[in-house]
Amino acid sequence: MAATKNPKRQTRWKPRLVDKANVAAVRTGRTVTMTGWGNYPVVRGRELRSENLEAITRSAVLTRGLARAYGDASLPPPGDHIVAASPLADRLLSFDSNTGIVRVEAGFPLMRLNRISLPRGWFTPVTPGTHFVTVGGMVASDIHGKNHHVAGCFGEHVRSLKMRVADGAIIECADGQHDLFRATLGGMGLTGHILEVEFQMQRVPTPWIWEESERIDCFESVLERLETAGRDWPFTVCWSDFLVTGQNAGRAILNKGRWAEPGEAPAGQPKWRSAPTFPVHLPNWALQTWMMRIGNWLNYTYHGKAPREHITHPETFFYPLDVIREWNRIYGKRGFTQHQAVLPAPHTHRRHEQYLRLLHDNRAKVFLSVVKDCGNEGKGMISFPKRGVTYALDIPIDQDTQRVIDRLNDFVVAEGGRIYLAKDAFTREEHFRAMEPRLDAWNDVRRQWDTEQRLKSSLSVRLLGDRA
Amino acid sequence: MNVAFLGASKGMGRSLARRMAERGDRLFLLGRDSTDLRRSAADLANLGATGEVGIAKCDLADRKTFRPALDEACDALGDIDTVVVTAGAFGQQEDLENDPEALNRLLTTNFTNTIHFCEAARGLLLERGGGRLCVFSSVAGERGRKPVILYGASKAGLSYYLEGLDHKFHDRGLIVTTVKPGFVRTGMTAGMDPPPFAGEPDDVARDVLRGIDRGQAVVYSPGIWRWVMLVIRNLPRAVMRKIGF
Repeated sequence: MAATKNPKRQTRWKPRLVDKANVAAVRTGRTVTMTGWGNYPVVRGRELRSENLEAITRSAVLTRGLARAYGDASLPPPGDHIVAASPLADRLLSFDSNTGIVRVEAGFPLMRLNRISLPRGWFTPVTPGTHFVTVGGMVASDIHGKNHHVAGCFGEHVRSLKMRVADGAIIECADGQHDLFRATLGGMGLTGHILEVEFQMQRVPTPWIWEESERIDCFESVLERLETAGRDWPFTVCWSDFLVTGQNAGRAILNKGRWAEPGEAPAGQPKWRSAPTFPVHLPNWALQTWMMRIGNWLNYTYHGKAPREHITHPETFFYPLDVIREWNRIYGKRGFTQHQAVLPAPHTHRRHEQYLRLLHDNRAKVFLSVVKDCGNEGKGMISFPKRGVTYALDIPIDQDTQRVIDRLNDFVVAEGGRIYLAKDAFTREEHFRAMEPRLDAWNDVRRQWDTEQRLKSSLSVRLLGDRA
Repeated sequence: MNVAFLGASKGMGRSLARRMAERGDRLFLLGRDSTDLRRSAADLANLGATGEVGIAKCDLADRKTFRPALDEACDALGDIDTVVVTAGAFGQQEDLENDPEALNRLLTTNFTNTIHFCEAARGLLLERGGGRLCVFSSVAGERGRKPVILYGASKAGLSYYLEGLDHKFHDRGLIVTTVKPGFVRTGMTAGMDPPPFAGEPDDVARDVLRGIDRGQAVVYSPGIWRWVMLVIRNLPRAVMRKIGF
């Protein structure tokens, strides 16, 4: 007994700093286990992390920011590939308070950008639902937000990119200059390593948000109310309950927001709050469908019938889930995925109902669902949004997930929609090709800049037929 | 504060310089790579550093660059009241054992030349009647330990020097702050698996800035390392021979 116990104890005491493997790791990258936000899939690879992003991208197949893509977009292909981590490359290279033009290194986090820019009267032109992302990642995913119907994707506001392309050259790639620029917006990091980003910020009258919300009892009016709200409001989004069935199916809360005017906003600046970290992965069984049913019901009931209006902290409005860091751990180690699809306009009640029925018939466990109307397609050659309605569905992973995603994708293909790569982990190559008639044009640009096919990710192996 | 800063472009130095910039201190950056320094200077100016953030070339490997660099800082800032040194070298024990050249570089950078730089800075600060000198050493210098014998030795020497400075010149207005970080997740340690109690650079920066403001002689960060090292310092030799920490 003692004999078997001792060696174990020794390995535990031995500082891992002096392992032989570790000595080598300092030079060639540390072998680490990587996952996206959804904790699935899990890939081992070698990570190089440095302030000097130019240096570490030389040998890397992909650059990775804060790894907030849900699926495998930020993961290297399986095998012993090197990935460059950008978060230490986080300098604010210029911020012109008169024009709102900002230039940052790719690892610059959105949270810092917001906290620096809001007191100066500027805000990012487009923000995703979390501020724990890098600006480089925002370009690579060409993120959209609650204001897509008026502002488009983040890429619409990018002026120029500094990139390391696959042959090792470092180039400045301005809007309109190369096809590479448009291919890189939403190109999931597969067209070159993004080193610096220059973009145009948006002026805001105050750093506060005027928010109104209303309950929508009947799913039939969700689409209309979203559309109507979009005419008057720059920020709209609809939280919807896709677990409930029967006459309450698809009930929702519609949130609308705009920047508060000086007269209505508090005089001071918003206080930046720190967010506690969810400490451990809960067991896989901890979060059950019935709990989410109750949670959704509470959320819905607590809101009350009457519309609400109030001044809101911008971080509460844009990033409600960021109040707890690592909240993805509540799903346990099984992980979760998000299926976000856009169904093109004209979107009808009938299609909305069909989609809900499809989810129900396939017993999809949709723990969280967000509905939002999209504006026009932007510059990005392969960017996700187009005019229509997008559904983002959080689904815990089990043995049934692949089948559910396949059925959803059948529907998306049939309706002429497409999916958001930043969230995806389960879509099949044939589905993706059927959704993306733009793929060949984008691939041409990609291949033109990467003739030896050096840049790749787990996602590109899964969906684009790259070799691992 | 008017700060001459050696090592502000990377790691904990970057975080500390940012905190100083955000509260409007005046900064002058010293370092090896001018291109990199210029980018950090821009970063700090954009964050709110008062006035222009100047730069000058100063290489810990080359003693001759120290005095001219500090003079440039003096010219630019007018009056330096604080000197911060976060620059330093790190090497894995096994690498250093097998490569005498690398070992020599590390010892020269971390011990010999850092002390030369501090001597120059001390002279400058004492001339004006005192000031603050903040230098990053390490918990690795607290006791001879198997995984960091050589790196630890260089930092131990530095810590002793700084302690002596404090004893001798405190009454003349020289406030010396020795920073002893534990394992911190920076680019320097990115190739290693983080042990328990690993810290974040920004948290270290917060602790250090508070330490400088209060004139603390020694700052451990993350704070728990004070107690970890208290235990380690008092372990019997027989135990130290057995464990790998």
